[in-house]
Amino acid sequence: MSKPKFKNPVVNWIDYRLPIFTFMNHELNEYPTPKNLNYFWNFGSLAGITLVIMIVTGIVLSMNYTAHIDYAFDSVERIMRDVNHGWLLRYIHMNGASFFFIVVYIHIFRGLYYGSYKAPREILWILGVLILLLMMATAFMGYVLPWGQMSFWGATVITNLFSAIPLVGESIVTWLWGGFSVDNPTLNRFFSLHFVLPFVIVGVVILHLVALHRFGSNNPIGIDVKGKQDTIPFHPYYTIKDLFGLSVFATVFAAAVFFFPNFMGHPDNYIPANPMVTPAHIVPEWYFLPFYAILRAIPDKLGGVLFMFGAIMVLFVLPWLDKSSVRSSQFRPLYKLFFWFLVIDCIALGYLGAMPAEGIYVVLSRLATAYYFFHFLIILPLLPKIESTRPLPVSISTPIITTSSNASTVMAMREKK
Amino acid sequence: MRFSKLVLYFLILFNFFLSKLALSAGKAIEYPDKNWSFSSIFGTFDKASAQRGFQVYKEVCAGCHGMRLISYRNLAALGYNQDELKAIASQFEITDGPNDDGEFFTRPGRTSDKFASPYPNKKAAIAANGGAYPPDLSLIIKARPNGANYLHALLSGYVEPPKNMKVPEGMYYNKFYSGNLIAMPQPLYEDGVEYLDGTKASPDQMAIDVTTFLAWASEPELEERKQLGITVILFLIVFSILSYFSMRQIWAPIKNKN
Repeated sequence: MSKPKFKNPVVNWIDYRLPIFTFMNHELNEYPTPKNLNYFWNFGSLAGITLVIMIVTGIVLSMNYTAHIDYAFDSVERIMRDVNHGWLLRYIHMNGASFFFIVVYIHIFRGLYYGSYKAPREILWILGVLILLLMMATAFMGYVLPWGQMSFWGATVITNLFSAIPLVGESIVTWLWGGFSVDNPTLNRFFSLHFVLPFVIVGVVILHLVALHRFGSNNPIGIDVKGKQDTIPFHPYYTIKDLFGLSVFATVFAAAVFFFPNFMGHPDNYIPANPMVTPAHIVPEWYFLPFYAILRAIPDKLGGVLFMFGAIMVLFVLPWLDKSSVRSSQFRPLYKLFFWFLVIDCIALGYLGAMPAEGIYVVLSRLATAYYFFHFLIILPLLPKIESTRPLPVSISTPIITTSSNASTVMAMREKK
Repeated sequence: MRFSKLVLYFLILFNFFLSKLALSAGKAIEYPDKNWSFSSIFGTFDKASAQRGFQVYKEVCAGCHGMRLISYRNLAALGYNQDELKAIASQFEITDGPNDDGEFFTRPGRTSDKFASPYPNKKAAIAANGGAYPPDLSLIIKARPNGANYLHALLSGYVEPPKNMKVPEGMYYNKFYSGNLIAMPQPLYEDGVEYLDGTKASPDQMAIDVTTFLAWASEPELEERKQLGITVILFLIVFSILSYFSMRQIWAPIKNKN
């Protein structure tokens, strides 16, 4: 053992045999991070914290929940009424799901805007899309557990999608249900999977972080870190910034939990599931609405399912669809424009997913769906051929060289070095 | 990034909530807004009104509607003391058993019992009401969009049907019910109950009182939730301000260098 790294001899003794403290020091303390990250880089850590909140509240809830069609609804109400602070746990978990998606969607659009998916971060991005898929599966199955009307009918509609698969579709649906309709076996397996999938997400999140720490964070300028002068240690600079972001996020989250806990839910889910009564409008949770709109936009059932999954699949290959070597849209005027078109398109799809599938809404859904795929499959590959990107700065420490006054400061800074 | 940008992002978030609100409001029929004692962020239940509402439920609604999630002991939250609760519970006959002889028997209710159900089972309830199931009222305010205003409007919405409309037998016209034809006859009439506290029992007063009672039944945690919420939010705002200035201080050397 060369010279002791840590002051505490016990820590040193352990670290020599199991270098966990070296690892933590390297990845959380010294970890060199670009010094120009803006607040959009807060959402990664926020997503991680929200995942932990969901797992902790979820484990306590599961101690009081009964996964049986005759008792599930009442056991949730018992949590709300008789378990000490059960209402708080459940409202945090329920609203936490929505906030998890808000945070992750912002995180994803951050990645799109600043080109964070480009080389050498392709696998980092793919792991992120995988997390999104796992989140969606987990959220869907979690929504079924209270066994209200929307739980039951949402589960019926979504599982029925698999019947669109040619030849084996019907058998697959029966296999998923564990019977011939959404029933007790379905609820039991959904509970089991809803419990275990979050830990799979934790696993993929760890891989996501390993991939992130290989090359470090992208940054708003989107150029590589050129040396030490471009980075600062993660601690204390980004720990305090993440703490500030977390406290603002927690304030908004608490406002929802304490004052509008059912705002993002659906009233029908306070009606116990009844297989004999179909609700007037079956709508998924808000975070699925854009995908729901795509599903309904395609007149063919199998086609709808394919396009809906395709909307996620296209994200997996995004690093190879966008061929521009410039990452940040700050230097890609055309891409920036199309990025905002995509944002509007996604919001429009969300709105259309909540509307009944009739009249003008169908037409608009089809246009919005077509544009979504047009963006990824046509615009992105073609854009580098027609776009003239703006000149990139030399490094993060010597930003934008546009005006003469700026140029002189750059010169002055160079001389100092 | 300055505060102005931060404010912008807040506006975007706010806009998201607003659009959701507009979305959900657009679909529903407009109900008169009654400005409930429990709707603001500092809101609490008007206990006197909720007690009167319990009386309305007990004497009018409970003939057909159960409240299977509520126990008599829960009524303590409305200001009843233990003796009053025991007296209320003992008014009801509860089927219990089997006893040591294997027999089911009836006994007076205890405070730990759930509210007595008007029908032995759901099928009996449907059969007794011409095929329409009178829904359980434990969660009714949360189970309807804009629940409190909706219920108050529904209870006050029995008016003469339009001349060209034929109301089938066993159905009643209600201007606030979706489709306007409801299987529930008008439940509230002038002086339908004699309030113990001497309040004049007008139909509107009874509708307000029973809605307050049912809002409490749907969200018994509401007062505790909102009080705790104010403490938590105040703490988090102070914490956000402190962490913001800590961040400024820690970042000062980096920012000054640029």
